[in-house]
Amino acid sequence: MYDFELRRPENLSEAIESLSADGAQALAGGQTLIPTLKNRLASPDVLVSIGGLAELQGVSESNGVVSIKAGTTHGVVAGSVKSYPALAALAANIGDPAVRNRGTIGGSIANNDPSACYPAATLASKATIITSKRSIPSSDFFVGIFETVLDEGELITQVDFEVPDVANYQKFDQPASRFALVGVFLARYGNDVRVAVTGASEDGVFRWSEAEQALGSDFSASAIDRLEVDAEGMIEDIHGSKDYRASLIKVLTKRAVKAC
Amino acid sequence: MPENGIGASSVRREDIRFLSGNGKYTDDINVHGQKYVFFLRSDVAHGKINSIDTSKAEAVSGVVGIFTGDDFVEVGGLPCGWQVTDRFGEVMKEPGHPVLAQGKVRHVGDPIAAVVADSLEIARDAAEVINVDLEELPAVVDMKAAVEGGTLVHDEIETNLCYDWGFVEENRDAVDEAIKSAHHVTTLELVNNRLVPNAMEPRVAIGDYDASNDQSTLYTTSQNPHVIRLLMGAFVLQIPEHKLRVVAPDVGGGFGSKIFHYAEEAFCTLAARKLRVPVKWTASRTESFITDAHGRDHVTKIELALDENGMFQAIRTDTCANMGAYLSTFSTSVPTWLHGTLMAGNYKTPLIYVNVKAVFTNTVPVDAYRGAGRPEATFQLERVIDKAAREMGMDPVEIRRKNFIQKDEFPYATPVALEYDTGDYDATMDKLHEIADLDGYEARAKASREKGLLRGLGINCYIEACGIAPSNLVGMLGARAGLYESATVRVNATGSITVMTGCHSHGQGHETTFPQVIADMIGISEDQVHIQHGDTSNTPMGMGTYGSRSIAVGGAAMVRATEKIIAKAKKIAAHLMEASAEDIELKDGSFSVVGTDKSVGWGDVCLAAYVPHNYPLEELEPGLEETAFYDPANFTFPAGAYACEVEVDPDTGKVDICSFAATDDFGNVINPMVVDGQVHGGIAQGIGQALREHAFYDENGQLLSGTYMDYSMPRADDLPSFVVDHSCQTPCTHNPLGVKGCGEAGAIGSPPAVVNAVIDALNKGGFDVNHIDMPLSPSRVWTAING
Amino acid sequence: MATVTMTVNGKSVSGEVEGRTLLSDFVRNNLNLTGTHIGCDTSQCGACVVHVDGKAVKSCTIFALEVEGSTVKTIEGMANPDGSLGVVQQAFQDNHGLQCGFCTPGMVMSAAALLDENPNPTETEIREYLEGNICRCTGYHNIVKSIQAAAVAA
Repeated sequence: MYDFELRRPENLSEAIESLSADGAQALAGGQTLIPTLKNRLASPDVLVSIGGLAELQGVSESNGVVSIKAGTTHGVVAGSVKSYPALAALAANIGDPAVRNRGTIGGSIANNDPSACYPAATLASKATIITSKRSIPSSDFFVGIFETVLDEGELITQVDFEVPDVANYQKFDQPASRFALVGVFLARYGNDVRVAVTGASEDGVFRWSEAEQALGSDFSASAIDRLEVDAEGMIEDIHGSKDYRASLIKVLTKRAVKAC
Repeated sequence: MPENGIGASSVRREDIRFLSGNGKYTDDINVHGQKYVFFLRSDVAHGKINSIDTSKAEAVSGVVGIFTGDDFVEVGGLPCGWQVTDRFGEVMKEPGHPVLAQGKVRHVGDPIAAVVADSLEIARDAAEVINVDLEELPAVVDMKAAVEGGTLVHDEIETNLCYDWGFVEENRDAVDEAIKSAHHVTTLELVNNRLVPNAMEPRVAIGDYDASNDQSTLYTTSQNPHVIRLLMGAFVLQIPEHKLRVVAPDVGGGFGSKIFHYAEEAFCTLAARKLRVPVKWTASRTESFITDAHGRDHVTKIELALDENGMFQAIRTDTCANMGAYLSTFSTSVPTWLHGTLMAGNYKTPLIYVNVKAVFTNTVPVDAYRGAGRPEATFQLERVIDKAAREMGMDPVEIRRKNFIQKDEFPYATPVALEYDTGDYDATMDKLHEIADLDGYEARAKASREKGLLRGLGINCYIEACGIAPSNLVGMLGARAGLYESATVRVNATGSITVMTGCHSHGQGHETTFPQVIADMIGISEDQVHIQHGDTSNTPMGMGTYGSRSIAVGGAAMVRATEKIIAKAKKIAAHLMEASAEDIELKDGSFSVVGTDKSVGWGDVCLAAYVPHNYPLEELEPGLEETAFYDPANFTFPAGAYACEVEVDPDTGKVDICSFAATDDFGNVINPMVVDGQVHGGIAQGIGQALREHAFYDENGQLLSGTYMDYSMPRADDLPSFVVDHSCQTPCTHNPLGVKGCGEAGAIGSPPAVVNAVIDALNKGGFDVNHIDMPLSPSRVWTAING
Repeated sequence: MATVTMTVNGKSVSGEVEGRTLLSDFVRNNLNLTGTHIGCDTSQCGACVVHVDGKAVKSCTIFALEVEGSTVKTIEGMANPDGSLGVVQQAFQDNHGLQCGFCTPGMVMSAAALLDENPNPTETEIREYLEGNICRCTGYHNIVKSIQAAAVAA
């Protein structure tokens, strides 16, 4: 690791102040950032530790919206989000128990790893990402792999999920990292069905609109029998070809429908 | 089951320190004043070093010294311990292996320079400002392309072929003829995938130099400190053994990867001498992936000739074996003497010919990994037998049974030079049938089908050769070392015992199991016996722990030394009881005169040896300490039968291991609990090879699976609990304990069981798939189904 | 350099650390508690698992300064007050739940965290909980058995 200054602000406004410095970067749970630093793939001058800030902790649920503060760990989401079981189940299957005790929802979404689980959930469940500056609909938030619309120094403070009628997340593990080789988050709001896919595309998380339409008019696994995902633009690596990922998207979407 | 001694499942005494955080691994050692080394390693697979400018790095505050290949011109290269002679009578090509690269880099990870500094981070900072003018050259990664020539890994040997080995060369024509005229020939082309051993403790080396007595000490993560001392002292650094101490304290797993002498060991030892400060290196896991010797990596075509009744007539097999960029310590022996000689398996095939071409490529060196050659032999044989059974419409168990060497046919000489001493292959197969509940298979398959899953059953046998020996034979075959083992048994004055052994324990449990043997022989408590290992300064010269040899060879040495102790103690007891030594009997820790009620205790005799007041000094030296070196007459031959049941999800290609059963004949067993554990671990590694693990190089020689993010290690939720049994025992006939060794069996026997099971599942599910190369990852299985 | 203070295995400790000093570095180097091991650099292997404020965390993936004021337990703090092996440790010895011992401290700490959360886990729950702890020796068979035994004994 290159050396840096580690700051531990007392509160959110101090954190935001610290993040305005040149070369400053937020440190949430650190479960991705610290391994990156170890390999000297990042060289921040200042790391601002925000994971422990009380203002960024907690889950609340009202009027069909689950609000999760950005510093809430996956473990807490898994254990305390009662009105959105599919989201709790997703959180319960990120990484491993020790990672879930540190990794945060804000960190995961800000990082936008193409194989992370949360981006699919936010996209499928009409989430709003609230930052230190503004509110951003999830549909506008993700730009590309590891890229979001967040500005320098802008911090996610909360994520609001609209709780769907039914939802299910199907994750097919990449055999080594246990990240999603492909993950499909399906959420149904009446006839509005959303299918968000992570792990598969070279452009990062996306919605499979053909399946959404088909399921909107017929919410059954057979409704997408005739659809095929175009393999073009899918990720190809040692764990699977483009065709394989395209096929998994359909298989997992059908399983998600059946599980609802 | 006994509660003490041989056959008892004694809990391991070493566990106390490991469980309480008091283990002492090499990285836990800090020598006063130590500095830290960071190796600047090549990030290209092949390149010419035009120049190295270290001036900026030297100016970094806290840097103590910087070394490049030029600093090691005067010392030797890392030696290869086995010279193979090819089928034309020529010795293998043996290019140099410098400690730090000289002129060229030949794999990603090859060390170009080393920075020693006050801290690791400073060393790394400085390494980043070393200016290396490196001209990238085309890399040769594919073995077939390498054999054809073009890019040369080592320009000076003018070929990428290390050797072209034939075995048994005299059988070549007869095998060709038998295959040509056979009723049926089954052919299979397959890959034995390259693996990274991944002992959980990364390698560490600390060099220390004491100028007051010109003494060097190397602390290192090694399975065999004496071998490292000999190789590094005599061949690399020219430090005589009496000036060089090698210590391998607690070692966090080896699986073969810590047998070999590595560049970092020589570097730290020499740098400490030159800089007059202790020098420490701790590998990061990322570094381990590109510097620890890899395992396997064979590409093979095997042909099995059968008659109309399914009797095996002949086997012909051609293999390309990857050596990587340099010859690691025992690399050359693995695809030859540890592989070709095992091609008979458990069967009476009369004619066998094995051809192996060992090839240099721009990849990390390849050497022994758990099983070493024997998994490669077993995999191809047991896969081709399964394919033959399918082609001939025979039951896979029956085809094996009818070709088994029968229990009354031992000792049995195979056509590939081994003489199996004992075995009963039908007994282990019968036992497997029982513990794997093969009668219940159809019901389980039906339940799987109802879930939309394809169930398959894979069964295979294996044989292995452990405790490679005898030394004079292996010397003729090219070994540059003896393969004996040693033990000094030191009886202390009050009767406790310290055993100093050349073996090394890094998970095997010697500190518990070796005392069980002595306790049994003398009739004292196991607690009275302490095992000392891992330090060349206080153990006799021994060859270390690998090849499932420790109890069969090291244990035998300990028995021989203890026999000498008992013989001498009987003379002392005879003197004390005024009887003849021939009439003395030792039982339960007490010496008695046969036919009388006279007896004297073990402790009294020991005390008499060290306080020799009433003692036959004119006939007998005082003291009670004996050393034995044991050189086995033959290998030992554990064998067994394994069964694996899988469910394949045809939509995703995912394979789940539903059950795994193993029956092993290890001969006599010292500690059943420890033996079970060894089998469990071996099976997990074999399942890992079959389904998950692969050191995947791209065409430019970059290792794409170079961290745990991409190299799939088996985890707890990937595996079932295993059913293991070792009650079928045909004791080894030529070592004093009748033991055979159990360390590698699981890793040898399990890959074909898993692959056979998956192929069975696919065929029963209506997919005409003959073979899938390991690892049978979801994407590969899906592709086979849909391809 | 900054000063960090925390409670480790019941004792208040403090030390000078850099921003980049990991908790694993701090316990191994500053406190000489070398039972916590480093087996990888991608936060996968779990040999470094300790408890911070009662929860299992990978000590190689948290900075020492982030632990300021917290309570940390390492493998060295798992024994009974009289020095004998604690329940989980004893179950590992009785059931041969370790071989080389390198992953063992992390395994024991994860096992203890599991049993705190779920005193009677099924085999499947145990295996899933150990997803972040890699063992190369045991095939996990006897680790699972050890944790089952510890659950009964606790």
